[in-house]
Amino acid sequence: MTVVLEVRDLQKSFGAVVAAKDINVTVQEHEIIGIIGANGAGKTTFVNMVTGYLKPTSGQIEFAGRNIRGLPPRDITCLGISRSFQVPQVFASESVFDNLLMAYAVADQTGLGLLSPLHDDARAVRVDSHLRRYQIAEYRDATASTLPQGTRKLLDIAMASVRKPTILMLDEPTSGISVEEKFDLMDIIMEALRQDQTTVLFIEHDMEIVERYVSRVLAFYQGEIICDAPTAEALVDPGVREFVIGEEYHRTRTNNGAGADAKS
Amino acid sequence: MQELIVILVDGLVFSSYLFMVAVGLTVIFGVMKILNVTHGSFYAFGAYMSATLIGIYYETDLPEFGGFVAIFLAAIIIGVVFGIVLERGLLRFLYHRDEHIIVLATFAMFLVLEDVLLMIWGTDPYFAYQPMALLESVDIAEMTFATYNLTLIALAVVVGLGLWLGLTQTKWGKLLLAVIFDREISQAMGINVTVVFLVTFVIGAIMGALGGAYIAPTISVSPGIGVEVIVLAFAVVVIGGMGSIPGAMIGALLVGISRAAAVHKFPEVELFVIYAIMAAVLALRPEGLFAPAQARKI
Amino acid sequence: MRYVDKTVVGLSIAFLVLFCADFFMAEWVRFIGLQSLARGAVALGLLVLWRTGLVSFGHALYFGFGAYAAAMLTLLDYHDAFLLVFAGTLAAGILAFLLGFLLRRYRAIFFALLNMAFSMILYGVIVKTEELGSTDGFSVLAPTFLGYAPKGEAVQTTLFIFTLVFTYIITVGVHLYMKTTLGGMSMAVRENEIRLEYLGYSAEKVIHVKYVFSGLVAGFGGAIMALAIGQVDPDSMANWTVSGEFVFITILSGIGNVGATYIGALVFELIRTYAFEFAPQVWQFILGGSLLAIIMFLPDGIWSLVSRLRRPEKVKSP
Repeated sequence: MTVVLEVRDLQKSFGAVVAAKDINVTVQEHEIIGIIGANGAGKTTFVNMVTGYLKPTSGQIEFAGRNIRGLPPRDITCLGISRSFQVPQVFASESVFDNLLMAYAVADQTGLGLLSPLHDDARAVRVDSHLRRYQIAEYRDATASTLPQGTRKLLDIAMASVRKPTILMLDEPTSGISVEEKFDLMDIIMEALRQDQTTVLFIEHDMEIVERYVSRVLAFYQGEIICDAPTAEALVDPGVREFVIGEEYHRTRTNNGAGADAKS
Repeated sequence: MQELIVILVDGLVFSSYLFMVAVGLTVIFGVMKILNVTHGSFYAFGAYMSATLIGIYYETDLPEFGGFVAIFLAAIIIGVVFGIVLERGLLRFLYHRDEHIIVLATFAMFLVLEDVLLMIWGTDPYFAYQPMALLESVDIAEMTFATYNLTLIALAVVVGLGLWLGLTQTKWGKLLLAVIFDREISQAMGINVTVVFLVTFVIGAIMGALGGAYIAPTISVSPGIGVEVIVLAFAVVVIGGMGSIPGAMIGALLVGISRAAAVHKFPEVELFVIYAIMAAVLALRPEGLFAPAQARKI
Repeated sequence: MRYVDKTVVGLSIAFLVLFCADFFMAEWVRFIGLQSLARGAVALGLLVLWRTGLVSFGHALYFGFGAYAAAMLTLLDYHDAFLLVFAGTLAAGILAFLLGFLLRRYRAIFFALLNMAFSMILYGVIVKTEELGSTDGFSVLAPTFLGYAPKGEAVQTTLFIFTLVFTYIITVGVHLYMKTTLGGMSMAVRENEIRLEYLGYSAEKVIHVKYVFSGLVAGFGGAIMALAIGQVDPDSMANWTVSGEFVFITILSGIGNVGATYIGALVFELIRTYAFEFAPQVWQFILGGSLLAIIMFLPDGIWSLVSRLRRPEKVKSP
């Protein structure tokens, strides 16, 4: 399997506050990785640095062998890494359809091509098919600001996956979603991504979700990675137990091959 | 050397005048986040009212130095009346609107008041030189300066210090600072933001009116004095940091002295040196030189 | 799927009607019409910026720059309208392109004020320049049109056609442009810049493009105005109050349709002219009062009345 992302000695300080330190991660193609840790542990900072929203204080980030450190988010998106947001970032006053239409239009066009019409029958077909993939087709004409939280999250992720990115980083995809709906939501998302064989990293607080979908876990604590291991191992790691999930965590599900295996 | 003194004194006088006009604007912006174009009207009305009251005062046989009372009275009357009427009658309906719309509403109000001014006082200029003549002049380094202008500097310092102390040392002041920092949290803490807004606007109006009232004896009070002053005040507020009183002071000093230097050495750039500084500050440090700290809200 | 674009049809009909009417209009009507076209063009640029989430309190910069550029060419003995207007438009566009690199990094009130600062710099420069007549400005001789040199009323008649043709082309162009991806990105920048960046495009680049466009049309409007009134001066072309008027017109019109800005400019011009004519002591009162009334009671501008009459359901922006 090829290495698709390599992060070496990454560090981020805001003045005297060290938000991230000694971050070393190697990600292989098609992996599904869970990022866990308490609030403020540096998970979102990590995502922000890899996707270009924050510039690291020091360290290297390589995507498919290419140095991407310091590039702005738009360039990194074009190269093949996309992300979703903890608070879904959508075009609130527009319909779900128009949101995705814009996503496809930006993905399709460059330079003078941007002067071609936004609405286009071929593009509309692709939007509709993408809507079905994420099972939000019934909300096609609804204004984004009126969507229930789960649907808004799906829209956010749908927009991020329009370009069929090599890597997709999801920031707490199930936060704010009721317990009954979490699994359904993740099932939809992971199935949609599985079809494109996307490499996925997602930040998650719910260990049941982590267990069910990921093959590997990165545990953060106070800006550092304290554990980088296959799921089963990580969840019994003493450091992880002490600083992230607590000593009382009982795994109630049977371990089926350390979580989902992304390779089909 | 002499030229330096002239530039310095002239600069300080102009800075004081700018500060008087800008301080009310910056307080209103800091608390209410409104860029109040009507401030020019407060200034103009303050000047006209001051001229009128001074005129009336000196018709009587009251002691000569009492004329200064007329100036402060004018400022308070205009500030209180306009402040209350405008805030309660117009602004409070617009707080939820886009910030640009609010600025335009204050611009519209300014236009309306320009004509109200004409309706009341007509187009002829007014002169109210008495307080200025009273103080005569003083010699500094073989140059003669009108003492009245120097008292403007003193007034600016007093006002500046007074406001600053009021904000930081009194309970009321601290409420204002809280609202400046975060309106929503202040409301959640039980601060009556409605009252705070009204009081702020009235104080700002009084300051603006005072600027006009005090300057009245030194100029020919005529239509249009409000127009020019607004942009100058905006420039000072932007440079110093919107919502910062020390910033308004520094901004006024920077602009005032630069302008005095320009007037005496390079008169061609006089008009736009102010805006060039404003553009430079906006381009390099948009929050201004002394903006109050902004908490990051993600 | 072919469909008829109502706006293009409406604009075309308006164009034909006005074209024919030009030959029968009273002089004063034509004069107001010319000014409305010129100001409406500036407001069109502001409409595009507004849709991108930005308001400028300083577009008199480009209006004045275009006007003075055209006027200065007449001092050098160039009188052809095509040349003058082209020069004014281009000059303003180049200025907007250059300043755009700086301005595209700012938002909200800072964007508005930075524009204003630059416009006042221009104002200051003009006022202090004796050769340009400082506050008095200077007059601009009647233009010629590719060799044709009209006299008397024919000057304005021809200028009106000239202006009408160009504004028609520009307006239809903007309308079609708004349906393109780049046009749609105005919405994206306005609604959520971060989202646009993460979709793969630079919000600043979008803003820069819109800004240059707004500078071009403002310069166009300024050049036309210089020719229409035969005069340039800083107080009616570069002062901050002029910028305020352009924003006023944009709000008055509403941003729902490209054609609205001309209607708004016309209404503005009528209010101003008649207020000045019949109540010269209170024309500012009336103008200010109208603006307040619009802000309070008709926040989406005059066009919202039109769209409410045409269709009861929500009009979707193209």
